[in-house]
Amino acid sequence: MVVQVCIGSSCHLKGSYEIVKLLEAALKEHNLEDRVTLSGSFCMGKCNREGVTVGVDNEIFTGITPQGFADFFGTHILSKLR
Amino acid sequence: MKLRKFDTKIQHLKYKVLREVARCAWNGTLETEVLDIPERLVPGPKATMRCCIYKERAILSKRVKLAMGGDKKNSNVIEVISIACDECPMGGYEVSAACRGCLAHRCEDVCPKGAITFDEQQKAHIDKTKCVECGACAKVCPFSAITSHKRPCQNACKVKAISMDENKAALIHNEKCIACGACVYQCPFGAISDKSFILDAINLIKESDNNKKYKVYAVVAPTISSQFTYAKLGQVISGIKELGFHTVVEAALGADMVADAESRELYEKGFLTSSCCPGFVSYIEKNFPDLVPFISHNLSPMATIAEFIKRTDKDAKVVFIGPCTAKKAEVQKDAVAPYVDVALTFEELQALFDSRDMDITTLSESILDNASYFGRIFARCGGLAEAVAEALKEQGHEDFLLSPISCDGIEECRIALLKKSKNLLDANFIEGMACVGGCIGGAGCLTHGPKDKSQVDRYGKEAFEKTIQDAIRVTKNN
Repeated sequence: MVVQVCIGSSCHLKGSYEIVKLLEAALKEHNLEDRVTLSGSFCMGKCNREGVTVGVDNEIFTGITPQGFADFFGTHILSKLR
Repeated sequence: MKLRKFDTKIQHLKYKVLREVARCAWNGTLETEVLDIPERLVPGPKATMRCCIYKERAILSKRVKLAMGGDKKNSNVIEVISIACDECPMGGYEVSAACRGCLAHRCEDVCPKGAITFDEQQKAHIDKTKCVECGACAKVCPFSAITSHKRPCQNACKVKAISMDENKAALIHNEKCIACGACVYQCPFGAISDKSFILDAINLIKESDNNKKYKVYAVVAPTISSQFTYAKLGQVISGIKELGFHTVVEAALGADMVADAESRELYEKGFLTSSCCPGFVSYIEKNFPDLVPFISHNLSPMATIAEFIKRTDKDAKVVFIGPCTAKKAEVQKDAVAPYVDVALTFEELQALFDSRDMDITTLSESILDNASYFGRIFARCGGLAEAVAEALKEQGHEDFLLSPISCDGIEECRIALLKKSKNLLDANFIEGMACVGGCIGGAGCLTHGPKDKSQVDRYGKEAFEKTIQDAIRVTKNN
């Protein structure tokens, strides 16, 4: 699975790095580091007013915040790898 | 006061040609309309620039060719338009009618070559067979009666790459030219110009099918903060997106990456010259081949960020937009060509906006914010050395005593390199900037002014990320 965190200017200001850190920690916690390739991307063309845009394989999710991260990770990453 | 778009009328003329060529290219009508462009810009019947409209149009057709990539057989990105060259006199130092035939004869006393003689009216004459053009006489004359009649292009070319051909037109020696564009900016007749690759950029955008086939990224140099002063920076960014670019990325983030890597390399090797400025690098390669091993092995910020973009998106196309004509040569190098597809100048960006009849002052503002203060101040002389000092500090290498020399313009670069080649340089890092002022002095800028540096610094301070490490941390996953 490829997970791309948007690091374009708009998302960058809304905390791309926090989401990257959370992803790294969550992947480690679930021993998924070998199964998921984490990378950056400059703008996925879905700039949102809130949160960060994250691409999971060919799907794009917007508005990911540290508060909503656990939900997002469980639903869109963890469940698909089980 | 109306805010000016360009410094000179020559830039404006060049811009009009670029704009018309771009307009036709967007419409797909270039092939059928290309021959009409000179007449469209010089409708006549009265000549406004040269002896007649036919010469004006003949020169314009040469400008059109340059706007379309220029002479493919000439490897240099800087070209002379021979018929536009006014064949300026190149007499060197001459005594004018202002010589009053004084009795002090300071000019004679100061001349190291004994080249000055006097006629019966005590008026000075310079013996051209003895004169070495040092200019000492001109400096001491109380009437400023001795003036230099060097050609503006030769005067601008500090690397001595310009002479004249058999017809007295300017001739560029490619083996010496570093493509800095100083002559392009200084020639008052617009007889020297940089080739434009504006058509390549337009084709990339058109062929991308609205960024569906592949994405076209614009990488903008931090100097942009001193340009397009009639609009807000965020509006310029919106304008670039409106042209059809997928997104805009700061070259300054590449500069942060370079500052981090370059300081590590310096720490390891103990002495280094910068590699950001393509004019400076080319100057070392051509004039100080023994010093080439000391050039930082890092790619320039432009190439570094472009390489990174292509790591995040393997089908990406990258167009660099900056103040620099030498970047057009840099992107042709084997080490850079895979990463940067086209290099444009701010002049060309203005032409692109107007070719689509866009008034960027009416657009909303986009955000451009990835780099740190330190990456952004690469745009002005001294910034690079400051960033390397910061990077060393952030890496905990405070034991390394950085002693940088920031060379402002190619003449200062020459002196530092000369000293280094003789082991007389009291510095361990040379920041070389071919243009005076750094990139803000670049020939591809729309305007140059005393506020440019403070505008770059202000833009640097507005950066969200405060340190180099903070700015580059998002780049470490790829």
